Amino acid sequence: MNFTIIAETNGENLHPTTYQLIGAASSIGSKSIVICPNGKAESEAASIEGVEKVISVVGECFDIFDGGAWSTALNTVCEGKILISASPNGREIGARLAAKRNIPIIQDIVSISEGITVKRPIYSGKAVETLTISGDAVITLRPNAFEAAELGGEAPINTVNQSADIKISIQEAINKASERLDVTEADIIISGGRGMGEIGNFSHLEDIADILGAAVGASRAVVDEWGMPHRMQVGQTGKTVTPSLYIAVGISGAIQHLAGMRSSKYILAINKDPDAPIFGVADYGIVATWEEAIPALKSALSELKS
Amino acid sequence: MNIAVLLKQVPDTTAKIIIAGEGVDENSVSKWSMSPYDEYALESGLRMKENNGGVLIAITCGPDRSKKMLTDAAAVGADTLVYISDEGVMDSTHVQQLLAAAIRKYEADVVLCGKQAADTNAGSTGPGVAEILEATCVTLVSEVSYTDGNYITMRPSNAGSEKVSTQGTSVFAFDKGSTELRRPNVRGIMMAKKKIIESITPSDLGVHLGDSNVHLDSQTPPPEKAAGQKFEGSEHVSTVVSKLRNEANVI
Ligand SMILES: Cc1cc2nc3c(=O)[nH]c(=O)nc-3n(C[C@H](O)[C@H](O)[C@H](O)COP(=O)(O)OP(=O)(O)OC[C@H]3O[C@@H](n4cnc5c(N)ncnc54)[C@H](O)[C@@H]3O)c2cc1C
Ligand SMILES: Nc1ncnc2c1ncn2[C@@H]1O[C@H](COP(=O)(O)O)[C@@H](O)[C@H]1O
Repeated sequence: MNFTIIAETNGENLHPTTYQLIGAASSIGSKSIVICPNGKAESEAASIEGVEKVISVVGECFDIFDGGAWSTALNTVCEGKILISASPNGREIGARLAAKRNIPIIQDIVSISEGITVKRPIYSGKAVETLTISGDAVITLRPNAFEAAELGGEAPINTVNQSADIKISIQEAINKASERLDVTEADIIISGGRGMGEIGNFSHLEDIADILGAAVGASRAVVDEWGMPHRMQVGQTGKTVTPSLYIAVGISGAIQHLAGMRSSKYILAINKDPDAPIFGVADYGIVATWEEAIPALKSALSELKS
Repeated sequence: MNIAVLLKQVPDTTAKIIIAGEGVDENSVSKWSMSPYDEYALESGLRMKENNGGVLIAITCGPDRSKKMLTDAAAVGADTLVYISDEGVMDSTHVQQLLAAAIRKYEADVVLCGKQAADTNAGSTGPGVAEILEATCVTLVSEVSYTDGNYITMRPSNAGSEKVSTQGTSVFAFDKGSTELRRPNVRGIMMAKKKIIESITPSDLGVHLGDSNVHLDSQTPPPEKAAGQKFEGSEHVSTVVSKLRNEANVI
């Protein structure tokens, strides 16, 4: 059996999640037919193990993101079961493709096994659902939940031209001020909460982020009360993140915060209250004030990295 | 202008989710609320109505208890309340078909919904409904305004954010914004109690729900994590750092 995989790119290269989609297909003995929107990163896709064929779909409809136009163009070459990243754009294209093809859509799975049986978190991670899919479907995969495929292949590349109407027009682009990584992109996130005392103290977290190449996140308390940008908020009404390492500093661990970060691979919590609920989900906990722990963390990390 | 807002009733985010037997025990849910992002869709719909005139149509598909949420929506200003029973609904495709048919029946010009529901966490419904309606869809928006035939909104982009516009039937899926949500006043609550809820069935809508090739095997509690290692005092920071490197291999 083959899976149709819709590649996602990060600039000119494939996004790491694309390797994970191919890896997930291979893990149940399936080959991948990778579709590259606008031909981006097509030769990279062709060189991944497990890829049988690459189809580049090329057209002006990919100039800006319009899920309607993208799915219309991509649909022409899709077949059978379709795997996409559960990124915002991936979810949207996936839902559109499913509705077009009148097949089910299963979003944000974290495991796949033969059958096909998949698992997905529901109620913001308070439960997990196991589903068996008997026909064609569109399935989106949670970033970082699957083993990535390795390089080592030489698949043929076909190119098709497609056109579709773009119905969204961009009036104005607003660039974000900071160069810092977005929390949904980052492999390491350091987040601060009300325990940081005041917004100015986030500079201490930024220092750590600079050493680790991490993104800086925040609890809702900080976003609402200190005016931190909402895009930094992690949790139920913020971003859902699954980094390899999530460092929570001065965050109590309210259920709505946990909803956004509890599936991180490893969690380090720094909090002065030994009974803070965040310690309940933390792999490593340090009971201390940030004023003591962050300088110590900074020097330990600098030593490690030098 | 007819503004449709899709609202879903979900367990309140503070409610415990208890598993009994093969699945989530809905009877044990202590409080049901409007899904958080839907509140922002509703708020933006109310503002659009205030600025442009029109009718705000609140639509839900769910079990009987969901009617209470429609009444809550009326208390802040929803004009028409539409309830579709979820009997026979097996997957998101079915929900989308019913909602799309109701949107057509009420001749909505614009559709506002949440980016994802707090129970499914999916994010399928907005784009799916847009596909069925052959409408434009913009997701992750925080406020939508309407002027001179254009819907204008902001969405995130790789570089930061961008202001986009659409024309014709459009679906907008809302993220939380910085918008202040209104609270109902006493008069609103009293009026809402008298408001009639229009109940419609799939056959009224001409929708024939088929089977689904997705079978729900079980719902289970999240996997238990191994108990963490806790250290008292900042003198242990270096120990933890070396564990992050050697045990967890994450730095
Ligand atoms: C519908 C709804 C949605 C929500 N969505 C979100 C969401 O998306 N994200 C989110 O985060 N929250 C969300 N919340 C809010 C959530 O319930 C909490 O109020 C919030 O997460 C608390 O933020 P906090 O942990 O920063 O603050 P607090 O709960 O005040 O915790 C501060 C912590 O800092 C510790 N501390 C204090 N001083 C120090 C120090 N010097 N050094 C170290 N530690 C210190 C304290 O011991 C405490 O544990 C939501 C709530 C609702 C009702
Ligand atoms: N049964 C439903 N009734 C009304 N609106 C719904 C329903 N299901 C989903 N929606 C809307 O679609 C959004 C996304 O839902 P979902 O696709 O389940 O994540 C929700 O936030 C609601 O606005």
